[in-house]
Parts: sequence; structure tokens; C-alpha cells
Amino acid sequence: MLKRPNTLKNSEQELRIFRVRALLAVLVVFTLAGLLTGRLVYLQIVQHDMYSTRSENNRVRVEPLPPNRGLIYDRNGVLLAENRPTYNLTLVRERVDNLDETLALLVDLLELPDEEIEAFNVRSRQRQRPFQPALLTSDLSEEQIARLAVNRHRLPGVEIEAQPLRFYPDAEIMAHSLGYVGRINAEEMETLDAGRYAGTHFIGKTGIERFYEEELHGQAGLRKVETNARGRVLRELGRTDPVPGANLTLTLDKSMQMLAYELLDGRRGSIVAIVPATGEILAMVSTPGFDSNQFVTGIDVASYRGLQEDLDLPLFNRAIRGHYPPGSTIKPFLALAGLVEGVITPDSTINDPGYYQLPNDSRRYRNWLRWGHGRVDMERSIAVSNNTYYYTLAHDLGIDNLHEQMSNFGFGQRVAHDVQGESTALMPSRDWKRGRFNQPWYPGETLSVGIGQGYWQVTPLQLASATATLANRGHWVKPRLARQIGDTPVPRDLPNTLDDIQLANDSWWDRVFSGMEKVISGREGTARRTGVGLEYRMGGKSGTAQVFSLGQDQRYNADELAERLRDHALFMAFAPLENPQIAVSVIVENAGGGSTHAAHLARAMTDAWLLKDKAPDVEEVREVLEEDNANVEGN
Amino acid sequence: MPWHYLARSMRGHPVRPPESGIARRKSIWERIHLDPWLLGLLLVLMGSGLIVLYSASGQSLDAVIGQGMRFCIALVGMVIIAQFSPTTFLRWAPLAYGVGVVMLVAVDVVGDVGMGAKRWLEIPGVIRFQPSEMMKLAAPLMVAAYLNRCELPPRLRDIVVCGVIIGVPVVLTAIQPDLGTSLLVSSAALIVVLLAGLSWRLIGFIAVLGAAAVPPLWMNMHNYQRQRVLTFLNPESDPLGAGWNIIQSTTAIGSGGLWGKGWLQGTQSQLEFLPERHTDFIIAVLGEEFGLVGMLVLLFLYLLIVSRGLWMASSAQDTFGRLVAGSIILTFFIYVFVNMGMVSGILPVVGVPLPLVSYGGTSSVTLLAGFGILMSIHAHRRLLSR
Repeated sequence: MLKRPNTLKNSEQELRIFRVRALLAVLVVFTLAGLLTGRLVYLQIVQHDMYSTRSENNRVRVEPLPPNRGLIYDRNGVLLAENRPTYNLTLVRERVDNLDETLALLVDLLELPDEEIEAFNVRSRQRQRPFQPALLTSDLSEEQIARLAVNRHRLPGVEIEAQPLRFYPDAEIMAHSLGYVGRINAEEMETLDAGRYAGTHFIGKTGIERFYEEELHGQAGLRKVETNARGRVLRELGRTDPVPGANLTLTLDKSMQMLAYELLDGRRGSIVAIVPATGEILAMVSTPGFDSNQFVTGIDVASYRGLQEDLDLPLFNRAIRGHYPPGSTIKPFLALAGLVEGVITPDSTINDPGYYQLPNDSRRYRNWLRWGHGRVDMERSIAVSNNTYYYTLAHDLGIDNLHEQMSNFGFGQRVAHDVQGESTALMPSRDWKRGRFNQPWYPGETLSVGIGQGYWQVTPLQLASATATLANRGHWVKPRLARQIGDTPVPRDLPNTLDDIQLANDSWWDRVFSGMEKVISGREGTARRTGVGLEYRMGGKSGTAQVFSLGQDQRYNADELAERLRDHALFMAFAPLENPQIAVSVIVENAGGGSTHAAHLARAMTDAWLLKDKAPDVEEVREVLEEDNANVEGN
Repeated sequence: MPWHYLARSMRGHPVRPPESGIARRKSIWERIHLDPWLLGLLLVLMGSGLIVLYSASGQSLDAVIGQGMRFCIALVGMVIIAQFSPTTFLRWAPLAYGVGVVMLVAVDVVGDVGMGAKRWLEIPGVIRFQPSEMMKLAAPLMVAAYLNRCELPPRLRDIVVCGVIIGVPVVLTAIQPDLGTSLLVSSAALIVVLLAGLSWRLIGFIAVLGAAAVPPLWMNMHNYQRQRVLTFLNPESDPLGAGWNIIQSTTAIGSGGLWGKGWLQGTQSQLEFLPERHTDFIIAVLGEEFGLVGMLVLLFLYLLIVSRGLWMASSAQDTFGRLVAGSIILTFFIYVFVNMGMVSGILPVVGVPLPLVSYGGTSSVTLLAGFGILMSIHAHRRLLSR
């Protein structure tokens, strides 16, 4: 009984303590509730706009729809560049249980190089959101796809994704003219219109692919889609379709291109063929070629080094960037220059003792025939490729006239309408020499230029283009590669940079043509063996470009020189004489005299174009070449 | 003491028990030992929770039915528990506590691993059990039972004993590791000590000690732990990892605005940007689809439950009942605050579900068992008042 009041007293006190504490707890509860309310007001009212935008950006994704790149056809509709479906391997990190194990398995299965894994790790870190796939490797082979399919259950999060990739079915023979596309690099990225190129990974790097990049590419479209957090597209909210790139029809003829490639037979050289009346380039080949498809996906370092270090320079486009002394091939142009300037008439002659001497100079500028050709008129000078005639002519013209007249044929400048990366090569002049060497022009240098040596350099395209102008009797037509862009034909008359060449008497053209015909069909023509069995009238001119210059009175023996020091063989030609359909230039490096090698190739080209059904057999041409090589003679 | 009178007048309830020993006629609620107000509020809360769950589960009727079934089982448990008198809990508290500790040790030794932590104890084919859940009730009951025998306010010796009682299960839970449950067990038990009248001086001392411990703690942390703290302070620093949850949940809530995007219309929730959307982060679904209005209505509902619970606690007639009831209802509010604070980005992410709304059975059973004890204490008071 004594204990009870004591307990009751405690009870009262304990209750008081509890009630005070409970009241405090109520205050704390309401304070915390107020804190939460404040936070919610801040999020949902004050910051509502910001979070609204963020939630919308989460949900709505704008996906670019890259356009299909335009296809490229030759003049007969043969496909030269297509878009091949390829398969890339991507990986979604969040769906992979063990990344290291998965990567190790993939390396094992697909034999991936380490660089691919490193590149993947970099890409993986650059992702914008979870569940965004990162590219592991591109262009899987059928075998790789099959191996992946078998091991699919072991590879969650690894996905195969389709992507069209540029493919060149005849890469080796078309590589230089078509060019190729490659991955857009950082530098290009800066100058590109981001909207137009959204979703596009490739851009034309060289050749036609580069020149007509704008037309071929088209315009990217886009679609707004609603996605969930895993990036899966749930529905489309809006869409602008892409505008596919225009298909391109080229003036090139694949069979001509292939013939030229085979004729060159792996040697270093170039063949360019043009339709004189229209400027259409039928063939433009530089050998050796290379597989441009390697550059589309990205060439590996070893292969690239191989191509770069190859002494034959396969990546070098000789047709538009190769600089060659034109040699005797320019003699018809010089004769025309003499006619224009009134220095000669078709009937004026010289007497050739086998050399030429400048007044008050003991040095002898030699004809290739030591004992000389005797009396030589214009036609014969072309037919026998007499040097003395042209030393005289060049000296009489002077370098200034010579430079002006040759420039009218397009030498020393870019001639084509749509050839990417064309070189101007070099047509020397007084001004040029002063600018380049700070030296005056010496009369002896004019003589060298007169026979296509010295400083003068031409590209095979320039030589073909000049030949076409000559075949057109002076009418200048810009060479071009594109025939039709989409449905629009390229206009026949492009703005001309050069004036037509006018002769005092139009029949003089026939006299020059006649001289050129005699080169092939004449009794003493330098390329007379090429004319055997010719079914139409053809004009041409051989040439030799010295790689190794000879001292005074030194004699030349091709066999004694290392292969790479032998002369380049050149030939230019057009046919038929009365109505020219094709103009050709051929350059074969280190092949020796032009009359033997290059001329046969030129004729094979004209045969192929003019006698469509009797296309020449490459094997036969090779036999003739071998036979000819067996009894080399001078040009 | 002014607080005392203030409290009494606020409640409008006599502090002392009724003078008359003659009980008036018991209502049906009193006879089944349930509190109609609290029960009603809980039912409204659970109903609202199911509506939100339907949306949060990706419109899965199965999830809603499953959760409904668990609620029913938990409610039955609550009703059964409410029938026992508080003296039963007082008597069984030490045993429950002891068994709980033994099972926690067993879990740490042989427990099942789930979600990267040992939490479950399983007798295969019979029962799968999470002893730490039981501790949420056993620990405060044990502390209250101990303090019930002491003179209050507690002396230092009693406080040390309470510290040991609390410390053992908390440490055992923390090493599983389950920091969320460990936090709730410790706060449930600590609230008992605080309500019992832990001296303010001691509270202040502990607070200062805690603040002083921060710098050395930071110095001794592993890099990844520091990273976690930094990510909490600035979620944008790790947007794809730990920051992702908070960025997405605040985005969901913030984009809801005043009125919300409408039920089943929340893009963050329905398009799965929101992680854990039907469990710990379910409140973000409510915030997105029902806006500030929906959030405040839910918060108000919780406050009503807490108010009713506190009123029931303060009208309990003995120390044990008061302490246990107060602890149960305040722990309930801690659940709410920690979960909402975490989802809205003012507290770090710890795995605490939103009571009676988040999907999951275990926490509902524990919570409703607690409410069962609360109702028992409230409904049995006249019988004890003699």
C-alpha cells in the first residue's frame, strides 16, 4: 500500500514528460511536413517549366533520317557506285551482365583487333543516356554474323544493326575517276551544314564522289519519336522525309575504262579518251589502281602504309596530277601555232642536217635521226617527228608567242569542268621563269620547249583535251565527267574559259591532220606499224619524255638503263579523221619510245570505240607489244 | 508545467482517468478493439496507394490485386494483434527481442542473399522471413518494456542499457548491409528513449558529438563512399549512375506542376524513365500524374494518421503503452519523411518505401502489425484504468 502512491506520483510525472515530448514531436512533424511542402512547391511550381522541358526532352527524341546517297552509273547505265547493306555490331552496356567477359568473348569470336575495343571504350564513354548503343565494329562478314547468331544466347545486349555502305563493284579500275567516300572527319564536320548531314557518316573524299558531293548526298530528313528510357521507339510524333541524293550518270564508258586499265597491264601510266564534239570523257584511267572500298570503312594502318610506300604510287592519280614532259606529241600543236602566227605555211620547208644551231652558238640541238631528214615540210615534220623543223619553228615563234598559243590549247591550266583535284601542270613562260628562278629566259630553252622537253609539263588529261580541240578544228569544248545529274542533263555548252583557235585558211587543218595520219599510215610514219590493218582514217603523234637527261652527243640505249630511268612513252591520237569521234592520250611510264608501246594502246582504244562489235582483244595487243619490244627503234 | 496544461486543453480531454468505475456501454468498435478513425484513414490511404500503383506498375492489374491481397492479410494480422492486451506485449517483448537477435545473427551467418545483401532467413518450403522487419517492432517494445520498470526520466545507467538494447540489432542489420532498415530500427527505439524523457543536456551533447565526428569520418571514407555523398549533393555530377534516379524523380515531380499530367499520363513514369517507380520511387509517379495537389492531399492524409496516432498515444494510460504507441506512430512518419525527402531530392537515397503505398508485402505487414499494437493500447485502456 505504501508503494502505490509513490507509483501514482511517478505516473503523473511520466505522463507530463510524455505530453511535453509528444507536443514537441507534433511540432517537429509539422515542421518536416512544411519542409516537404516547400520542396514540392519549389519543384512543381517554381521550377515547373525547367522540369517540364527536361521531361519533354527525355521523352521526345529527334532522329535524323539520313538520305540515300545517289548511285553512280556509266554512260550505258552500268552501276559504278552502289549502296550495299552492311551490318554493324553495337553493344548496350546496361544489358550486358559482365562487360569484360562479353568483350573477351566477342574478341575471341570475331577476331577483333585491340584498336576496335579501345575505340569502343571511347565511344562508350561519350554516350548521352543509359541504354544508348555504342558501335563496336562495322561491316561484319557473313561468317562473323553466323558466329554471332550461334552464340546469341551468351551475348545479351549485343546487337547487329544494318547500315548502307558505299560499294564500288569495279573499284580497281574506277578508283581514281570515281574517287571514294570516307568517314566525315573532325575538320569536315566544322564546315558542314549540320542539319543537312544529320545522321550521315560518310562524305565524298576524292574524285566524282567529292566533286558532286552536294548532288549525291541529298537532304537529311528527321522524325520526332517518343521513346522510353531504354531508347525504344514507341510512336512517331512527326516526320520530314529525307530527299535522296541524285543519281549520277557519267560520260565514262565502263568497257572503255576497263580496256584502258587492262591495256596498261599493271604498268605505271594513264589513258584518257574524250569525245571531241562533246567533251565527254569516255575513259580516264591511272594505273596501278587500288581498292577504293578499303577507304570506305576506314583502311587499316598497315594496308595504308603499304599503298603509300609502294614505289608505283597506286594512290597517285596520274591522269590529272601526273606531270610529264609532252615530248614530240605537241608537234602538231606547234605547227598550228606557227600557222596562226604566220611563221610558217603548210608548204614552207627547212633543210635538216641532223641538228640545229642557234646563231652565234656552237651547241648542236640534235634531231633524233643523227644524219637528218633532209628537206622537211610541215606534214613530213609531223610524220617523221623531225626535231630540227621544230627547233627552227620554236625559235622563230619565240617563247612569248609559243606560250600564248599553247595556252589556247589548255596547256598549263585546269581544263575540265568537273574533275576534282586536277593539276595545272606547267606551260613555261618568261614571267614564270623569272618568278620561279629569278632568271631571264634563254633562247636555248625555247628550243627545248619546241620539242616538248625542258620545263614544259602536261597531264594526260590536258594532252587528251588539247587533242580533242585539235580534232574539233580549234573548237574548244570543256571535258566533263557528268552526263546527267538526276533527270537533268549537263548542258552541252558549258561556260568556256578558252576561245576557239582560228586559222587563216581552214584547209590548213586538213594539212595538219594529213601529217598526223602519216604518223600512223604513212610510209615513214613513226607509228606506222600501228597502222597495219586500220579500218578507218586516224591521226596521231608519238612522243618520248626523257626521264634521264642526256649530255651533248651522248647516245641512248634503253637496255642499259634501269627500268625506272627509261623514257616515258606517249601517244596522242584521234579518229576518224574526217569526223572525229574519239581523242586519246596515252602515257606509259618508262616504256621506251612512243611509237612502239603507247601507239598500240591508243589504237586499241580507238578500235574499241569505233568498231564496237570488233572490240580488240587485249591478248593480241600484248603479243604485238612484245613483238615490237623485240626490235626497238628510235622514235 | 505549462506544456502539460497546453496539451490538455488542446486535446480537450481530461488527463486523469474517469472518476467513475462504471463503464458505459461499449461500442462495437471498442468491443473488437479497433479505432474506427485510424482504420478509416488507413483504408483510404491504401486505396489511394492502389490507384497510384496501377499506374506505377505499368498498368498491371496483377500487381494491384497482389498488393490488395497482401493488404488483406496484413489487415487480418492487425485485427488479431489488436485483440491482445498491452500487458501481453510487455510480457513477450524480451522473448521477441531475444529471438529476433538470434535470427539476425543467423541471417548474417547463413542468410539468403537478395539484392546483394543477406536479409532473408529461409526454412525451405515452409517460410521465408526477414528478421530485421520484426526488429522494427521488437526493439522499441523491448526498450519500452525496460523503461517501464525504471523511474522516469531515465538515469544515465538506464540510458546505457537502452543503448545496448538498441545497438545490438542496429549493428547486426547494418552489416547485412541494410542501412535503411537499420536506420528505421534505431529511430523507432530511440524515439522511445526520447519520449521517456532523455535529458536535453544529453541530447545536445550527442548532437555536438555527432557534428564533431563528421570531418574525421570524411577523412576515413573510401573514395566510392565520398563519391556517393557528392552525388547526393550534386546529382548532375553522375547523370548516368547514382544521379540518374534523383534527376529522373525530380524531373517527374517537377514536370507534374500544380495539377499533374493526369492518371496514367505521366511520361516519366509510363516511359520508364523513373527507376523503381512502383517501389521506393512511387511518390514521383503521384507527383507527376496528380501534381502538387495530389502530393499535398497525400501528405495531409499522412498527417491525419499521425495526428490520430499521437492523440491515441497520449491518451494511453501507462508508460509502456504511451512509449510504444508514440514510437510506432512517429516511426511511421519517419518512413514518410525519409521516402518523400529522398525522392524529392532533399535526403540521400536510402531504401525506405513509402508506407502502405509502395509495392511490397513485408513492410505493409510490419506497419499494420504496429497499428494493431497501437489499437490494442488504445482500445484496452479502460480495462487497465482500474
